[in-house]
Amino acid sequence: MLAALTFAQPLLLLALLALPILWLILRAVPPAAKRLRFAAVMLLLGLKDDTRQADRTPWWLLALRIAAIAAAITGFAGPVLNPSPVTPGSGPLLIVFDGGWAEAADWPKRRDKAAETLAEAGRAARPVAVILLTDTPETPVFQTADAALARLTALAPAPWLPVRMADWAQSLPTGGFATLWLSDGLSHPGRDALQAALAAKGDLRVYQSPRALLALSPAKVQDGAVAVTLQRPLGGPQAQVQVLGRGPDPAGIDRELARFTLSFAAGDTTATASLSLPPELRNRLNRFEVLGARSAGAVSLADDSLKRRKVAILAGGAAKEGLTLLDQTHYLRQALAPSTEIIDGALGDVLKASPDVVILADVARLTQTESDALADWVDKGGLLLRFAGPRLAASDLSRTEEDPLMPVRLREGGREIGGAMSWGDPRPLAPFPEGSPFRGLEIPAEVTVTEQVLAQPDPNLSARTIAALADGTPLVTRKIMGDGQIVLVHVTANAEWSSLPLSGLFVQMLERLAISAGFEPPKPETLKGQTWGAARVLDGYGTSLTGEDMAGVDGQALGTALTAGPVAGLPPGVYTEGARSLALNAVTEATTLAPARWPSSQPIEGIEVSASRALKGPLLTAALILTLIDILAALWLSGRLPGLARRGAAVLLVALLPLSPPAAQAQTTSADDIAIAATEGVVLAYVITGDAALDDLSFAGLRGLSDRLSERTSIEPLAPMGVDIETDELAFFPFLYWPVTPGQALPSPRAYDRLNAYLRTGGMILFDTRDGDLSGSGASTAEGDSLRAIAQGLDIPALDVIPADHILTRSFYLIQNFPGRFDSPVLWVEASPLMAEAAEGMPFRPQNDGVTPVVIGGNDWASAWATDQDGAALYPIGRGEGGERQRETAYRFGINLIMHVLTGNYKSDQVHVPALLERLGE
Amino acid sequence: MIQTPALRAEADALGQSLPALLAQAERLSSALSLGQHGRKRAGPGADFWQYRPAMPGDTARNIDWRRSAKSDAPYIREREWQASQGVTFWVDQAQSMQFQGAKTRPTKADRAAVLALSLAISLLKGGERVGIEGQGRPRAGLAQITTMAQALTLSTSLAAEFGAPSLHDTIPHGRAVVISDFLGDLGALQSALASAADRGVRGLMVQILDPVEEVFPFDGRTIFQSIGGSIAFETQEAGDLRARYLDRLADRKDELARMARALGWHLTCHHTDAAPLSTLLWAHQALGPQR
Repeated sequence: MLAALTFAQPLLLLALLALPILWLILRAVPPAAKRLRFAAVMLLLGLKDDTRQADRTPWWLLALRIAAIAAAITGFAGPVLNPSPVTPGSGPLLIVFDGGWAEAADWPKRRDKAAETLAEAGRAARPVAVILLTDTPETPVFQTADAALARLTALAPAPWLPVRMADWAQSLPTGGFATLWLSDGLSHPGRDALQAALAAKGDLRVYQSPRALLALSPAKVQDGAVAVTLQRPLGGPQAQVQVLGRGPDPAGIDRELARFTLSFAAGDTTATASLSLPPELRNRLNRFEVLGARSAGAVSLADDSLKRRKVAILAGGAAKEGLTLLDQTHYLRQALAPSTEIIDGALGDVLKASPDVVILADVARLTQTESDALADWVDKGGLLLRFAGPRLAASDLSRTEEDPLMPVRLREGGREIGGAMSWGDPRPLAPFPEGSPFRGLEIPAEVTVTEQVLAQPDPNLSARTIAALADGTPLVTRKIMGDGQIVLVHVTANAEWSSLPLSGLFVQMLERLAISAGFEPPKPETLKGQTWGAARVLDGYGTSLTGEDMAGVDGQALGTALTAGPVAGLPPGVYTEGARSLALNAVTEATTLAPARWPSSQPIEGIEVSASRALKGPLLTAALILTLIDILAALWLSGRLPGLARRGAAVLLVALLPLSPPAAQAQTTSADDIAIAATEGVVLAYVITGDAALDDLSFAGLRGLSDRLSERTSIEPLAPMGVDIETDELAFFPFLYWPVTPGQALPSPRAYDRLNAYLRTGGMILFDTRDGDLSGSGASTAEGDSLRAIAQGLDIPALDVIPADHILTRSFYLIQNFPGRFDSPVLWVEASPLMAEAAEGMPFRPQNDGVTPVVIGGNDWASAWATDQDGAALYPIGRGEGGERQRETAYRFGINLIMHVLTGNYKSDQVHVPALLERLGE
Repeated sequence: MIQTPALRAEADALGQSLPALLAQAERLSSALSLGQHGRKRAGPGADFWQYRPAMPGDTARNIDWRRSAKSDAPYIREREWQASQGVTFWVDQAQSMQFQGAKTRPTKADRAAVLALSLAISLLKGGERVGIEGQGRPRAGLAQITTMAQALTLSTSLAAEFGAPSLHDTIPHGRAVVISDFLGDLGALQSALASAADRGVRGLMVQILDPVEEVFPFDGRTIFQSIGGSIAFETQEAGDLRARYLDRLADRKDELARMARALGWHLTCHHTDAAPLSTLLWAHQALGPQR
């Protein structure tokens, strides 16, 4: 560490030699005495001091002063930690991004680093090129730095990983050039080749972020629970990571449905959690995401594999009328109906509905076609569940040789235990053997078996037994066939032969069986020739976008990508074909991420650490602090501290007071106080963003608007209030002003619930991106991105650019534009109903009732409205008279807005007046 | 012309402080509520006291003929004795009296003025004559109060560090009230009191001290300066001097008490954090007639 310490002015350090002399001088000077007026001084004259200990400066005070001076000298000498090596710049420069989702989390930082290098190169007039390794390989073209910079701002990480590095190595331009490689720190195929190729071209610098990378594998169903695996390829200390499961609620609004914590032990690279969810909830899950991580790798989409199963139930023989409880399938239906979709019909028909499970209850005979189709279906991954019964026992099925659709051979006749005509007692169940899907289920004592079919002893019988009676006779046997399996329960599905169907165990066993009949990812061959359409796709940040404008993708390519991971042209997302849907995730089950291994000759620089740190500031600060301590110590020595302490504390308090933001004060007041203050009258409120300057601006803006309202209208608002959407009750406020800043923290799920409740119950939020540039020119600003992120969780109706006849144009003043500090004409409000047409002779269309819940714009209204306590405008708007005109219009817009909030569409109702009068006349 | 602002400011200050001072003094003296009081025995005076039969030795002109005509024996009309005393005040105006130990307390000079004026008012109401040293002989009438108040609120910026009393304006066998902190040289006090006592003057000494002077709550390296700044004393550790200072203060009080005893004077010590009323009552008692 110290080796990397250099000084800007090393000669200044010679001044340190003077310190011993200073020591001697300081030692001789005692601390100054305080002077006091005292009337009875006559009485003191002639008294002698006993001690003279304060004559010399104490050693620790000396040490303090010497340290302060040493720190100051060292500080002025300009020490720099990790000085950045001056890169000699000449010749073309290639900037290489890995460009995958692994970089999304700190993409701005990387882009800044690249921009800085570009700017440097621009000053040196070097041609530059910027490439993303996730793009399709092509030979980079060197341009001017300005052109490259413009391109750089538009670059975004791809939602897949760079896999074609070897191809890039082939397509490098000829001639020598220097390279700056911003790596994501992961091992990718072909990295070594590209590194060697780049190093051969010239100077290669590699930057790698030390930031922890999280990758969420697709959720799987394991033993009836949803298992989620999180990878941390770069390792790290012990950590807890929260993962959210999201999906639509019954109203179709995206919500957090589950939240669980994954714990990494120190050094661990994977963590797994399994989640037991009720099927209603589980079926709705469509997305898992790591809380707080912004990357496609931290999002895993869920498809049919988490959905409820289709189960076909077929019974042998006709249903007997009126004997429901004796019906072979009654208990099955009762058990399966809540969590699965049950299909009825003939076997040939139900197989076409691609069921996940087919249950044959005491079906002995199948036609050859049927059994062939069934075997084919099982082969492809179906689960065939069979129950025994009188018909099966009486038939010759699987008697001498094993039937393909039976797991075992059966002995003739079966057996009866504990009946009137037999010996012994009914048999209970033995604990489930190792490897059985039922293992772990509790066996109730009352479950007994009185009659069953018996399996022929075969070499593989014990391996196929997944449940047995206490005497060892197999009760449930299973055979794996192809991708699927065949399970035989040796008793009936009704309570005739055993009490099993009456117990809760039956339901649990079915659940285990039905769920473990998982949705295996289809093989690429099976998807060949199909075209899948993207329903939703993810970008590199893990944001879900609509995939409607994407061309259909080839099934085979999709099938390959399901294991190999997404590639260019096939981003992660949910793809559908007919009723089937497939989720392609950035991290697939087969993806294993490993840290990159660079050749030892290649120096690696970290993005954060590489920044050289000048220590001048800290050292001078230390010197200043030491001096202040010295002052206090000197005061203490001369006995003047106690008197000063009180005044000093007051001064300190006064000095610190302006630093505490109004938010802090708001928090200290109790919820009741806020409620009382907010309900004493109409109060305009703003959202506290945490940026003190912005919050003050919001306050001043709303104060100005409140004053105008009081002057001009019958609305007389009280002083505006700041609202913390995480904690404060929103219901008191008719109107919320929400200035959006880049990188604003997203509200918590609880806050979203409250905001949505607020919007649904008639509240209005005015979102102000304050960039004046939401006009759809295409370039999105940081504020716009932030707004999009915030609004994603909000229950906002379809929006539209404000129409000329919107109620906001005439709720108090007649206005047609809505300027703030900017004058962008675009303002977004709730879209009018499509059917609305202006009635004959009416200037306006009839509007829907109610208030638009959000108004979105970027004109920075707060700045235009802002006044100080005396009512003088705080910020200049525009120039001269025109600017004041604009401010006036801004106020008018504000007044119209509040009028609209408080009176709804009352002005719009006026259009009905002629019709009402006409009716009254009749 | 240059002096005008200073003069004016002083005059303003005087005009402002006088009523306040007088109001405070009058409030205090009314608490005494003694009113016009006689000496409760016959003597020269204006008010009727009693009739008594004429005795041998009474002059004929003392006989009240109207009363005597109602009976056979001659009667003498006696009046109540209303001998008025002349009380001269000397209030220390030196710089040391400007000391104020804490903002919540008045300066010693303020307290001294309040005590002197309220005592003077109650004396005047009792028919005595009062005066302040330097303003001539004691006189009767409440107009004296204004004279005294003006003398007490004169600027003290040029005064000496410590006061030395003079009692030239006392009348023989009159009374004197000396109010000071007695922190200066005691020799001047001794000689002034002695020469007054020679003329039969007796009276009160009221020592006014700030509580700080009684406690000496100082620590650390300190330079003590007199209020005028002419005397300074430096110590390395003020806390060490506390005991010895208090000893000296006690010695001084003893010396004052001894001096008062020898001359037949009364002595009390008043602290500026205490209410002035108790001291006022004490002074009034002490100035009362010797029985």
